[in-house]
Amino acid sequence: MNAPLAEIKPLAMRDAFLERVWRGMGADARVFFVCADFGSPVLDKIRADFPERFVNVGIAEQNLINVSAGLALEGYRVFAYAIAPFITMRCYEQIRVSLALLSEVRPLNVNLIGVGAGYSYVVSGPTHQCYEDITLMRAMPNMRVLSPADHVAAAALFDRCLDTPGPKYLRFDAQVLPVVYADEADSAVASGYRVFRKGGSILLVATGYMLHTAFKVADALATEGIAAGVIDLVDLSHFDADGLQQDIAGYAGIVSLEEGFAGRGGMDAMLFDFIGRRQMGARLLNIGVSGGYRFELGPRAELHEQAGIGPQAVLARVREFASALRG
Amino acid sequence: MSGEQIDLRQKVRWVWRETLGVHRRAPETRLASSLSSVEIFVALYYGGILRFDPADPRAESRDRCIISKGHGSICMYPILADLGFFPMEELQHVCEAGSFLGGIPDPVIPGYETVNGSLGHGLGVACGIALGLKRKGSDRSVFVVAGDGELHEGANWEAIMFASQHRLDNLHLIVDDNGISMLGRTSEIVSHDPLEARLAAFGWDCTKVDGHDVLAVQAALRQQKAQAAGKPKALIARTLKGHGVPSMENAPLSHVMSLKPEVVDSLLEQDR
Repeated sequence: MNAPLAEIKPLAMRDAFLERVWRGMGADARVFFVCADFGSPVLDKIRADFPERFVNVGIAEQNLINVSAGLALEGYRVFAYAIAPFITMRCYEQIRVSLALLSEVRPLNVNLIGVGAGYSYVVSGPTHQCYEDITLMRAMPNMRVLSPADHVAAAALFDRCLDTPGPKYLRFDAQVLPVVYADEADSAVASGYRVFRKGGSILLVATGYMLHTAFKVADALATEGIAAGVIDLVDLSHFDADGLQQDIAGYAGIVSLEEGFAGRGGMDAMLFDFIGRRQMGARLLNIGVSGGYRFELGPRAELHEQAGIGPQAVLARVREFASALRG
Repeated sequence: MSGEQIDLRQKVRWVWRETLGVHRRAPETRLASSLSSVEIFVALYYGGILRFDPADPRAESRDRCIISKGHGSICMYPILADLGFFPMEELQHVCEAGSFLGGIPDPVIPGYETVNGSLGHGLGVACGIALGLKRKGSDRSVFVVAGDGELHEGANWEAIMFASQHRLDNLHLIVDDNGISMLGRTSEIVSHDPLEARLAAFGWDCTKVDGHDVLAVQAALRQQKAQAAGKPKALIARTLKGHGVPSMENAPLSHVMSLKPEVVDSLLEQDR
């Protein structure tokens, strides 16, 4: 952590991003904002200042998607906003038909902003928590899946969303996370990923909240003489593949860290596929939420340990993995 | 397109015959639900209701027509070809490899706007289009042709509430109310009755018409299009599934029926 980082006040991803949307709406009359009865303090500014390009469809995510598609067909660049599990799963077929399929033949720019990645709605239980979204959204070939780890990286995605046609899913944490990017230019917008630390034989590839866990695990490993690399994967669908191949080429073991179900088609499947297709020799340990749905209450850190993705649980598994690689 | 110069009833006969011809060559096509909507599409496309440009199917100046009952619109193939959206020759190749005319129409076909193989999406997308048109100051209209069976999809009712909330009087819903979905009569599955009163209660301007009287459909649409009273408009066109084919007409399982070539030939012969 360098000095400039410490001076940046951490914000919620949604507030940082919506601030950029608000500015963008002032500069570009094609930006339209649609929400499914979900707010934020910054959203109040959007509603007040741009009522002609704001609409709340109510608690109706299916209509949220179809109305967004219709607006996009009329040339608007649409930002659709709701809680992550609802904007991905309640309306999955609307996303498939009216965004993914339709965008194959008609230009449209619709950006789905899902707030509440992983366990970030800590006390709300599994309906509001979201562990399947990466899997479901990446299943559609032309859906771009973006998963930032702090508010700076989240805000940096706005210009990319505005200028890149097609449907996109932005996966935002509901909590305020520590700042890891010094400025937007420093973030992983261009390549889709960022190398934070170079290591020896072990590399931790994390997305979203899990980047912060990766730092904790890498710090702990360092005290044990294991230098682990750390990469933040922000763009889970359209990253610079050749660049990533080069950056992970020297590692014997790669650990994927995601706040989603392990082994069910999420980031781990993407990395298994990537490493396999590119015929890289590294072994992959995939760490994600283990077991099924949980109704336990507790701090997020505790829920993470129970699900096998807390720093202690991850450290134990990575240590074992490193030992097996040496063996 | 001037509706006055075209004999709409004669055009209906031609479209009906051509649709049977398409089905004869491509029996995978859904004939029964395509025959209930012939007059609706003839009124829209030949009756001076829709503004369109076959040379530029996505022209900004067009009225948008969303064919939500996608698979039940095979009668649109001859209509679009006749109007010049694509060559008539294409009608010979429906469902063949390399053709863009499939068993279910997709927006790769000039003249089709959206993806409607899956039912219940058209009205919601049309709401977005209608809102977008209003917010950008356009006076163009949006027409949605949906089946009554398709109204079982709940997303339609999210859209129906949205349309009246936002006073989308540039939005027209035409219900091809043939009363039959795939496995039987909608009244016995989940009834919509009284659909007119239900839509009116949701804030829509609602008109009912004999969907096989093309002049009545044209007149109703013309009258509705001329109104701008802050309400979305619904036209419930009472129709018969499999219209004009005795073995299919109003038969509960007609949706999945295909006709043998000799049956089609016999029907076309009798129609001469």
